[in-house]
Amino acid sequence: MKFHGSMRMMLIKKGAEASLYLETWHGRKAILKRRLVKKYRVPELDKEIRIQRTKHEPSIMHKAKEAGIPTPIIYMVDISSTTIVMEFVEGKRLKEILDGIPLEERRKLCRHIGILVGKLHKYGIIHGDLTTSNMILTPEGRIVFIDFGLSEQSFEPEDRGVDLHLMKRALLSTHFAYAKECFNSIVSGYMEIMGEDKTKEVLSKVREIEKRGRYVSER
Amino acid sequence: MKGGYCLGIESTADDFGVGIVSFDGDVLANVNDAYTPEKGGIHPREAARHHARVAGRVLAEAFQKSGVKPKELSAIAFSQGPGLGPCLRTGATAARALASYLGLPLIGVNHCVAHIEIGKLISKAKDPVTLYVSGGNTIVAAFEAKRYRIFGETLDIAAGNCIDVFAREAGFRSDNGLPLGRIVEERAAKGKKFIHLPYTIKGMDLSFSGLLTATINLLHEGKYQIEDLCFSFQETIFSMLTEVTERALAHTEKKEVLLTGGVGSNNRLKEMLRIMTEEHDAAFYSVSKEYALDNGAMIAWVGVLSYKHSLIIPIEKSFVKLKWRLDEVEVPWVDEDDAD
Repeated sequence: MKFHGSMRMMLIKKGAEASLYLETWHGRKAILKRRLVKKYRVPELDKEIRIQRTKHEPSIMHKAKEAGIPTPIIYMVDISSTTIVMEFVEGKRLKEILDGIPLEERRKLCRHIGILVGKLHKYGIIHGDLTTSNMILTPEGRIVFIDFGLSEQSFEPEDRGVDLHLMKRALLSTHFAYAKECFNSIVSGYMEIMGEDKTKEVLSKVREIEKRGRYVSER
Repeated sequence: MKGGYCLGIESTADDFGVGIVSFDGDVLANVNDAYTPEKGGIHPREAARHHARVAGRVLAEAFQKSGVKPKELSAIAFSQGPGLGPCLRTGATAARALASYLGLPLIGVNHCVAHIEIGKLISKAKDPVTLYVSGGNTIVAAFEAKRYRIFGETLDIAAGNCIDVFAREAGFRSDNGLPLGRIVEERAAKGKKFIHLPYTIKGMDLSFSGLLTATINLLHEGKYQIEDLCFSFQETIFSMLTEVTERALAHTEKKEVLLTGGVGSNNRLKEMLRIMTEEHDAAFYSVSKEYALDNGAMIAWVGVLSYKHSLIIPIEKSFVKLKWRLDEVEVPWVDEDDAD
């Protein structure tokens, strides 16, 4: 039997790959994340992607908790309807607040992000979609990471480099005015966890990725 | 500022193109000559030699077609990057010679900006999320705070390159001038069985090298029908492209998607993007092959836009920029009011 959720489900965000609904779960405010059928892709591929991500996301979110990164609590997973019900995290997305706060506070927040990313990487988790839209600042000052749909497990410098490269590019495209300053603070937090050598290794990967030629003349 | 024409030279890779565009955006000539390697991919020096050989004829043809005389031109534009060094230098040399001989200002144009701008001019899209996908580039970009920002791109090879390499491995030949991608498309249309292949997306970035290797391995195993392999290969690549474009669309909250570049002429890719944009109540635009592929008109058009904003470079500083990124370019002509 498929899990449908209640009749009063309220759509709060239609993302690229999933829709988020506001729900109540045994009296608690909850988010219902449903990966919807994408008509543009063939059903075989569509089903595989949705099921794989629905299975993968909760387990890696749990693993992230082991590493000390706050992530929403999972209440329920239903594979047949590719649905996850999880804790509704009160707070604001960093994307909305990062530009409007004083310099010192922004630096502190970014350093905090760097510490969390460092912890993830040290534990062998690659988030896969590090953007300020995927981080929520709670009223108590915790930063909660969300959306682990594209995450993977790896200790490879290349994968860590891609992760930080994505973070950097997300800053450049969304917070252009402070991108550099923010990224530097993130790196300082990251280094606190990963140590200088590992950080340097990952940063040289980031540079390598940025420089990678788009032209392959001969193969 | 009315009246006036700009001549543009495109030579980033295998095409040598010359376009002449009026200040109002009328394309008066768009002449192109492509270098076709006898075997394998583009060899940069061979391509450059081709460009040098055809430059005079292509230029003459463009003047003849447009009816514009060299004396009537207001500026000379050329593709300054990104691209293959020897090819870029050949086009740049021709542009510098013309500019100094005619005493005209020289304008260096970013190839990727040119693809987006000609796409907008021809399709009438105002503020799109652009998917530019060709043999050399795979970029998802949109205008944000004075620049075209890159939201996603390939982490290794370009999608078109991935398709070409597979096609050559499969033994497809473009005997009758048909692009290799077109042959893959035709074969794919006859495929029925979907074979699962590596699907790699990182944020809004893509990676094709693992997919290419896996598909080539399956090809050599010989277990599957070539039609089914083409079908699955194409479906996987295009689903990845559509997914990252969808992510950029959701992220930027824009209302238009523009598809351009050589791979953009694939009907299945167009269909997928159209379905996706409709689901987001956005409009889908694509451009005809003449303007989706590398061409001189797009360089001339950005030449016009740049000229109107006095973005002129002295000849002695007109070095080519092999890795010139899209997001490094100022685009003061883009109306902030159109973009949100």
